[in-house]
Amino acid sequence: MIPGNEEHRARTPETENAPLRRHPLDSVLRSDALPHIWCPGCGIGVALGAFLQGLERAGVPRDKRVIVGGIGCSSRVVYYAKTDAYHTTHGRAIPFATGIKLANPSLHVTVFAGDGDLFAIGGNHFIHAARRNMDLLVVCINNFNYGMTGGQSGPTTPHDAKTTTTPLGCFEMPFNLPQLAAAVGAVYVARWTTLDVRRLRDCFTEAAAKQGFRFVEVLAPCPVSFGKNNDIGSGLDEMEYYRGLEHLWGSPGGLPARIEVRENGDLSGTDISLHRPIVVGKFVDRVRPTFLDNYQAVLKTPPGGKGR
Amino acid sequence: MTPARAAVLTGSHFMLGDQACAEGALYAGCRFFAGYPITPATEIAERMAERLPEIGGQYIQMEDEIGSIAAVLGASVAGARAMTATSGPGFSLMQENLGLGFMMEVPCVVVDVQRGGPSTGLPTSVGQQDMMQARFGSHGDYAAIAYAPSSPQEAFEQTIAAFSTAEQLRTPVLVMMDEVVGHMRERVVIPEEGKRSVIPRQLPSVPSSEYRPYRVGERLVPEMALAGGGYSVRMTGLTHDESGRAVTDAQTQATLLPRLLRKVLENREVYEQYELRQVNDAEVLVVAYGITGRSATGAVELARSRGIRAGLFRPRTVWPFPAEALLQAARKARRVVVAEINMGQVALEVERLLEGKCPVVRVTSPGGSVITPEEILEALGRGRKEKARA
Repeated sequence: MIPGNEEHRARTPETENAPLRRHPLDSVLRSDALPHIWCPGCGIGVALGAFLQGLERAGVPRDKRVIVGGIGCSSRVVYYAKTDAYHTTHGRAIPFATGIKLANPSLHVTVFAGDGDLFAIGGNHFIHAARRNMDLLVVCINNFNYGMTGGQSGPTTPHDAKTTTTPLGCFEMPFNLPQLAAAVGAVYVARWTTLDVRRLRDCFTEAAAKQGFRFVEVLAPCPVSFGKNNDIGSGLDEMEYYRGLEHLWGSPGGLPARIEVRENGDLSGTDISLHRPIVVGKFVDRVRPTFLDNYQAVLKTPPGGKGR
Repeated sequence: MTPARAAVLTGSHFMLGDQACAEGALYAGCRFFAGYPITPATEIAERMAERLPEIGGQYIQMEDEIGSIAAVLGASVAGARAMTATSGPGFSLMQENLGLGFMMEVPCVVVDVQRGGPSTGLPTSVGQQDMMQARFGSHGDYAAIAYAPSSPQEAFEQTIAAFSTAEQLRTPVLVMMDEVVGHMRERVVIPEEGKRSVIPRQLPSVPSSEYRPYRVGERLVPEMALAGGGYSVRMTGLTHDESGRAVTDAQTQATLLPRLLRKVLENREVYEQYELRQVNDAEVLVVAYGITGRSATGAVELARSRGIRAGLFRPRTVWPFPAEALLQAARKARRVVVAEINMGQVALEVERLLEGKCPVVRVTSPGGSVITPEEILEALGRGRKEKARA
């Protein structure tokens, strides 16, 4: 339990006149920005909460935290987290964050963005930052569609899923984000859903304490767009979908939850498809020299040291 | 491997315009460069890749020009003086984030060594065809500041000036070079450190509890807190209030956008530069910039030797156009000739400013070679309204 959480009670007629109690994360949130823009049932707030708790637990100094967002619902976390925060252009959060990190390597820089931002318009920046092992934590809120613009298909929309631009069902194949991140060099790759609040928090704690290009995919409900278009239902229903998706997709009696935890490289079976189990867990945790490690190394090479 | 050199290479050098631009940036305190190779600007990136590591700076070769300018903006919000350099195709890719830089108010310098276009066009030869893109290339209303050097020495000087303007006004500043100036090798005299000043951005003068990222300060410029400075700064490309909150309504926009435009247009003394030659009695005034400014200088000399009362107006900052100075220089003119290596771009601005007071003759070129003094001279002596070179 989060320290201070026990003080939180539902607002009932009995508590109506009680003094206002603080949210345990108030000190790391911007209260002037609330209420937030996210829809009822949206998973982004859960991910933000887990992220902020993770940074606290990892002991990342508050004045060293920087969050860079692109464009989309997920990138709006920059308005609510009390850090240095930059709301940039669609797809360009990673190179913007790269500039910040290189100009001041003492900062802990996180990119918070959605699946469309990071992997459609921003896909090129993602693979190159991972290749360089740029010291960034990249959080992708994957809700399988473009939520802010009303639910269009994107690079992670599952095959056959309906969106406003795939009314007949999506006939393209989606990215497998953990496989992509692992293949291009990320040193930490994990996938969780917003159902896994504590695992997600612990994942952020671990990732925040690590150096290099770290990638966390968070599967999050988007009930008003993806959920509605695919008859999943409310945000809570989409959480149930994560817990035992066959049940929701109409197989009589349903199947038990299939949550797997794997480490270090086994990415088989991690594709996400409708009617198929979703594999979550930590897939990669390795050490590679970062961009700045390698840069420092060449600076220290004595003149003529690399003889030909 | 040569021993590490100083940040400022005081002395007399024989160098490319592109290299002089890079040395100007280093002189101005630029310590971050993100770029992508492109002719004819590559020598700037190469010079920075060679020079930045030896003075504690950072060079990074990005995956494209979109990433380059994004990294430059990021480096700047973290406190670095930052620059990128490109040519037309890359400049097109940078337009999106130039708008972000203007809206978010991020100081930085972007160099465009112009070649012939459109599209891939003439990769290795000259053009001045990006001048209107420099002014209007990003979406939305904004005010660009653009320098246009005519020589390697001026590329050095104006890159320093561009940094000083960017820092003072918290805005991206363009240096619109051209292939000939970039690839021309001439003497460049680099003064001692400190002889040219760069006025730094204004950092917060109040504690973080009172700081607002977009509260207007001196010259309509907000004070700028840096990433990691303990100010929990919030900056955005959305329409925002002075606290940096996104407030996307007409009222907030009506406060923000006019202020951003006025910040540039009402601070001309910070950046405006132009050269005048023999304008006092000029009956024919030549307007030209960049490499064409040098041809125009020759044309005016030739014209004077033939008894034609010609004068030169050379905007060294093309955007915002030095309007008052042009009208003053053209007060006795019966004809104004605008020469530029495009099909007529800055000529449109000159025509607009002169409001039909006298005929404006265009000397144009589709690109690929410089306009010669003789071609401009021909326009000086003729009464025709249009003089297409084609």
